[in-house]
Amino acid sequence: MAEQSEPVVEFQNVNSRFGNQWALHDVSFGLRAGETRIILGAAGSGKTTLLKAAIGLVQPDSGTISLFGEKVTNRKERDLFALRTKAGVLFQEGGLFDSLTVRENVEYPLVNQQTAERLPSDEVERRVREALRFVELEQTLDQFPSELSGGMRRRVGIARAIVTEPPLVLYDSPTAGLDPITANTIMALIAKERDVRRTASLIVTHRFQDGELMANFRYNPENEELVPVEELEHADPAKARTKFFVMQDGEIVFTGTLEQLEETTDPYVKRFGKH
Amino acid sequence: MLAFLKTPVASFQEFLFLAGKAFSNVFRRPHYYDDVSLQMDIIGVGSLPIVILTGLFSGAIIALQMSRALNAYGAASQVGSIVSLTLVRELGPVLTALLVAGRNASGMASELGSMKVTEQIDAMRALGTDPIQKLVAPRLIATAVMLPCLTVISDVLGLVGAYLVSVPLLRLITSSEYWSSSWRALVYNDLAQGLIKPLLFGMIIALVGCFYGIRTTGGTQGVGHATTQAVVVASIWIFFATFVIDKIFVNL
Repeated sequence: MAEQSEPVVEFQNVNSRFGNQWALHDVSFGLRAGETRIILGAAGSGKTTLLKAAIGLVQPDSGTISLFGEKVTNRKERDLFALRTKAGVLFQEGGLFDSLTVRENVEYPLVNQQTAERLPSDEVERRVREALRFVELEQTLDQFPSELSGGMRRRVGIARAIVTEPPLVLYDSPTAGLDPITANTIMALIAKERDVRRTASLIVTHRFQDGELMANFRYNPENEELVPVEELEHADPAKARTKFFVMQDGEIVFTGTLEQLEETTDPYVKRFGKH
Repeated sequence: MLAFLKTPVASFQEFLFLAGKAFSNVFRRPHYYDDVSLQMDIIGVGSLPIVILTGLFSGAIIALQMSRALNAYGAASQVGSIVSLTLVRELGPVLTALLVAGRNASGMASELGSMKVTEQIDAMRALGTDPIQKLVAPRLIATAVMLPCLTVISDVLGLVGAYLVSVPLLRLITSSEYWSSSWRALVYNDLAQGLIKPLLFGMIIALVGCFYGIRTTGGTQGVGHATTQAVVVASIWIFFATFVIDKIFVNL
């Protein structure tokens, strides 16, 4: 059972300061396989730092963080590379390598990772195409990121994050700066990835609707579309697997389900709920 | 009182850390051979035209200037040996290194700097690759291999340039006198000096270029700043290193 499994990511009393401002203040939580955390909060409240700390891109001042049961904190950078290959990351603006084509970007983790076994080139090609087909961008293989629209770049970023089929994916503001229609497409892809491969996801966003979609919809592989949880024959007990965090000045000031977020009376937390 | 020294000492320490990591990565797997050959092409083949031109003209200019001075002492026949000594020992390595520093240290700093400010270096780390291994080590290997090659080419063309001035143009000496005197002037010590220098300069250029690139902060302006600093600092280090090597070889 997923519920009893070891946490994929675990934060214990993590503190981190930038100057005299808290980036992370006594942050503790665990994320298990198949679970999703939506992290909401004002700009500068520590959301991105939390994501970066999870894979050791920034080291906190105190506390411990573990990834797949291995400690990330106080480890040498060199030892972290292998661990990071188990986590896919979508950066805020996609984080694509602008001097590489879409194909080279997506195959980058496959051919460059330190621990990667040398995959035969036809296998690399197959997996790159599969990842791009997943985000419906197979036709852009030989284009450069600068030739794509913002939403397409974000989708290529997702393809690159999932090409190694990692059990954990971190999304940093996947819908920031996108129009509502494109934003929905991106979130639908993230929900699809979660449901098709049962990945654990940490999603930083400032849009309540993103979290709402993750909590209320499931991907139905039969007709390849998202359906509201209520319409599913077996009501998914996993609704509770999507939880919301609200961060303020580095602290997680709210943890709960979608319903709890909607019913909250805290004036700060309320601002991130449905209006 | 010594607070003003804190920043330069700290950044020198950072530089040494980077250099140490880069050198240890040269011998560590995985090796990114494709990146090494790409960098060799950019640095070596890409610098060929300018190195050829500079080599030819520097030799020609030394010959022109020296011919007057040597004529005054009736020693015009020595032009070949003077040109070959100055070129092989000093001017070939230093001029080539300065050109490559201007071309490639700036290129590396701006490329890595842009990657840094657009979070591509973080993306690289997040994707499980070591940016030092993937970006710095290939540039270090490529520059350290290509700069000696470029220097040899520059030296040879400098001798050709000086030949064109002193034999067909000024008719100071005959062709065979020129070539035999310039060849006989060189001893192993000169050749060793002429090859150790570019090897060391190559490392300086790559490490300084990458160092300023990787620590870039502050957007596009930061990239510009990193580029300028990389060229200035690499040039200063080249002069300093050549002085130290000269001092060692003079005493040998």
